[in-house]
Amino acid sequence: MTALIIVLCIILITIVLVQIGRVTELTAQIKGEREVMRDSSKWNGWISLGFLVVFLVSVFVSAWHYKNEMLGYGPHAAASQHGGALDSMFNLTLIFTGIVFVLTHIALFWYAYKYRWRENRKAEFIAHDNRLEMIWTAVPAVVMTFLVVRGLDAWNTVMADVGSDEDYIEIEAIGQQFNWIIRYPGSDGKLGARDYKLTSANNQVGQDFTDRKNWDDVIVGQEMYLPVGKKVRVRIIAKDVLHNFYLPQFRVKMDAVPGMPTYFVFTPIKTTAEYRNELRKYPEYNEPYDKADPTGPKRWEKFEYELACAELCGKGHYSMKRILRVVSQEEFDAWYKNEPSYYVSQIRGKDDDPNKGKVLDIDPVEVPQPADQDTTKKEPTK
Amino acid sequence: MAHAVTATETLEEKLTQELGYDDHFHEHHHGDKYQSNFLTTYIFSTDHKIIGRQFLITGIFWALMGAAMSIVFRLQLGFPEADMAWLQPILGKWIQVNDAGIGKLDPEFYYSLVTIHGTVLVFFVLTAGLSGTFSNLLIPLQVGARDMASPLLNAFSYWFFFLASVVMFLSLFLSTGPFSGGWTAYPPLSALPQASDGSGAGMTMWIVAMALFVVSALLGGINYVTTVLNLRTKGMNLWRMPLTIWAFFITAILGVLSFPVLLSGVLLLMFDRSMGTSFYLSEIVVGGQILDRVGGSPILFQHLFWFLGHPEVYIIILPAMGIVSEVLSVHARKPIFGYRAMVLSILAIAFLSFIVWAHHMFMSGVNPFISNFFVVFTLIIAVPSAVKVFNWISTIYGSNIRFTAASLFAVGFVSMFISGGLTGIFLGNSAIDIQLHDTYFVVAHFHIVMGIAAFFGMFAGIYHWFPKMFGRFMNETLGKIHFWGTLIGAYAIFWPMHYTGMAGVPRRYYDGGASFEAFRHFTELNQFITIAAIVVFFLQVIFVINFFYSIFSGRKSTTKNPWGANTLEWTTPIHAGHGNWPGNIPTVQRWSYDYGKGGEEFIPQYVPLKEGEHDHGH
Repeated sequence: MTALIIVLCIILITIVLVQIGRVTELTAQIKGEREVMRDSSKWNGWISLGFLVVFLVSVFVSAWHYKNEMLGYGPHAAASQHGGALDSMFNLTLIFTGIVFVLTHIALFWYAYKYRWRENRKAEFIAHDNRLEMIWTAVPAVVMTFLVVRGLDAWNTVMADVGSDEDYIEIEAIGQQFNWIIRYPGSDGKLGARDYKLTSANNQVGQDFTDRKNWDDVIVGQEMYLPVGKKVRVRIIAKDVLHNFYLPQFRVKMDAVPGMPTYFVFTPIKTTAEYRNELRKYPEYNEPYDKADPTGPKRWEKFEYELACAELCGKGHYSMKRILRVVSQEEFDAWYKNEPSYYVSQIRGKDDDPNKGKVLDIDPVEVPQPADQDTTKKEPTK
Repeated sequence: MAHAVTATETLEEKLTQELGYDDHFHEHHHGDKYQSNFLTTYIFSTDHKIIGRQFLITGIFWALMGAAMSIVFRLQLGFPEADMAWLQPILGKWIQVNDAGIGKLDPEFYYSLVTIHGTVLVFFVLTAGLSGTFSNLLIPLQVGARDMASPLLNAFSYWFFFLASVVMFLSLFLSTGPFSGGWTAYPPLSALPQASDGSGAGMTMWIVAMALFVVSALLGGINYVTTVLNLRTKGMNLWRMPLTIWAFFITAILGVLSFPVLLSGVLLLMFDRSMGTSFYLSEIVVGGQILDRVGGSPILFQHLFWFLGHPEVYIIILPAMGIVSEVLSVHARKPIFGYRAMVLSILAIAFLSFIVWAHHMFMSGVNPFISNFFVVFTLIIAVPSAVKVFNWISTIYGSNIRFTAASLFAVGFVSMFISGGLTGIFLGNSAIDIQLHDTYFVVAHFHIVMGIAAFFGMFAGIYHWFPKMFGRFMNETLGKIHFWGTLIGAYAIFWPMHYTGMAGVPRRYYDGGASFEAFRHFTELNQFITIAAIVVFFLQVIFVINFFYSIFSGRKSTTKNPWGANTLEWTTPIHAGHGNWPGNIPTVQRWSYDYGKGGEEFIPQYVPLKEGEHDHGH
């Protein structure tokens, strides 16, 4: 039935359009060519002007309306140390391109209006002007040089790897269809070796447990934590297809490539709580988080930093979400201390433990213990 | 005016008789024995004019398909809660109807739609439909040739495109669905059927279609280059060629140099898929299965893909630029401003297009140091692009511009090219690209600068050369409604995407980012975009109806040269047969932009220079 209605509508629209076409052709014949051209020139000239005004006004009004989405502005300020440099590059480019956009559009549609066809007017014969060509080659070249130099300066600073003497923590983000596995290095501060061939249901990351650096590595749950003000090097890799490690508020984005680890270094400068407090100033974040529950928590109260995937990885691409909490160093330490080592909590002593039967120095010391003490959850010494 | 037209036509006949080049065409070609019935005239034709029209109509078919697909995925993005059960008769199992009777678009098929939309619009519509149509139609006509250098290869070029179309179309009906890994087809997703349903048979057919398409593009491209270089009529030196020909010529060179790289890229992908090689695969665990492929690099595919992929966007936009330059000049009754600068900027853009490909890969894990070079070369492109824009605007300055649907679309092209080009300055700067890469900002950028702009160039060309193609005019009123509606509508669709992109919303999200706190507050904006897209879709239906109706019943063209243009295609009969000119081929005496010179409204290219007259092209 719906299909029939649609088909009928299409036929009807076609007939109407064809009739409009016929009628306009007939009136054109009656009016004569000159008259039609005069009308067309007048109408389209005015529409050009009208379009110019409406377009520019809409651009500015909509930009004002969405000002809180502008990079580096208001609630959309970067939460990482390097983010500010990128945001200011964006805004600098916005100023230059904005000026060019407005001026060229005014010229384009104003000239179209001003020089519209009129009877007994003749176009001027102007074929070229080398001086003008020189000017409008040189000016963009100078502006581009400026933008390139500033942009590359920022780029090379942001993308620089950590120096050998720097204090930083390294974590690993492993993308797979369709979630992220986040691995922390544990108390030794070093991520253990991986071999993709060791991957199994109990060893999602393919950790090589003969490498002692792995013994204290932590696989974190849905929420990952980072300390504010501390440099983080994220080693990024994928297990199956391309993914992209994307932290929008931190201006962090890097592909996760199977077989080729990539990295991104950044320093969070705002804790989740601080970011929430900033959002609180803006009316749109004071709306209820859940529209169905108007008395419930507001948007700013429920705000979390999110990790997303920004490289198409299959049908669940849109759902690779993780929560990142940026907290003070003390809170981070407290959280980190309680995260169990994956090896100790899940592998040690099981069938797939390659060190089974050996005594490791991380094993709980075998002393006679009171019967009520639970040894299975014992932490390795941090 | 009628009197003046007759006068020029008589002059034209006289000059063609006196100065024209006599290749004894009329003695040998009493009717074309190869084009004697309907099948050989309209289907298996070797006449470049027919082949051009075949490319155009196939292109229109794919444009409608691609646009319809975009409406379906825009409905999903704008109205995720809406019931899509009404689409079930067309989309079948890809609409999952739940117990409550509410139909939802399958996520896998959402990605198929996005992928096929991108593939067919980039390759089938804006490459074959644009450059294929107008290079075929205009190169022989405007350089003064009887046909392409090899009419047979030219016909093959269309038929390989047709085969590619058939394979791509059939892949839509596979039970595992068409390919769904994005038009860029990045492995390992595209290489592993385990990773995605669409990467099974859908991807195989996608590769076959692309391989056939590359053959088509190469056969066409070699022909265009050869024809421009060898078959120009007497007097048509390179600096007298219309900018259309310059654009098609350079486009063809770009295609011939870059399409083979894509072909090798997808062939290696095919080996990885079916022969156990690992060009692009390394250390992969997919669906719990550990693959024994090591040593390959997915980045290699990206290099090969974008080595075509970037020139490809110029393969799309250069013909549009050429068409716009020509149409603007003819209707402004004024020479194109800075002809030489226009040619040089085409050459500069074409050269640079080969050394900027990795600007698509700033965030893909290539060494950040390498990106420095690509940023520099990418932003240099802004300079020749700016030169072109200023020249188009200066062409309108001081003109007497007739507002036809064709010239309006040319003006609209300039607006789109400015708007979309300027956002390229953001994305080309790798520092800004960190945040904007793969967000809606990119979607806005390339849709405006090479999607809408190229379409506007194509529309300008269709309205302008319709009388040459079919001997009739398209309806102007419907054309103008089409133009203003599309101009406003296209901005309504793509302008707001800049804002979502700045907010960081990633592209290719089935739910538009609804599960992310940072991305989910654009519900109304997404609805607005979807409604605008539907309106624009129906405006294109107006165009299609106007196009097909006018072929059969449009106002008849009564003069050879209805727009008062200088170029040679308007010296052929209204319904030119195979061979284009019944008698001598006209020779060229001057460049093609003598509009308004010395008080004459226009001076066609076959008119000899007056004594002491300066030829601006030479």
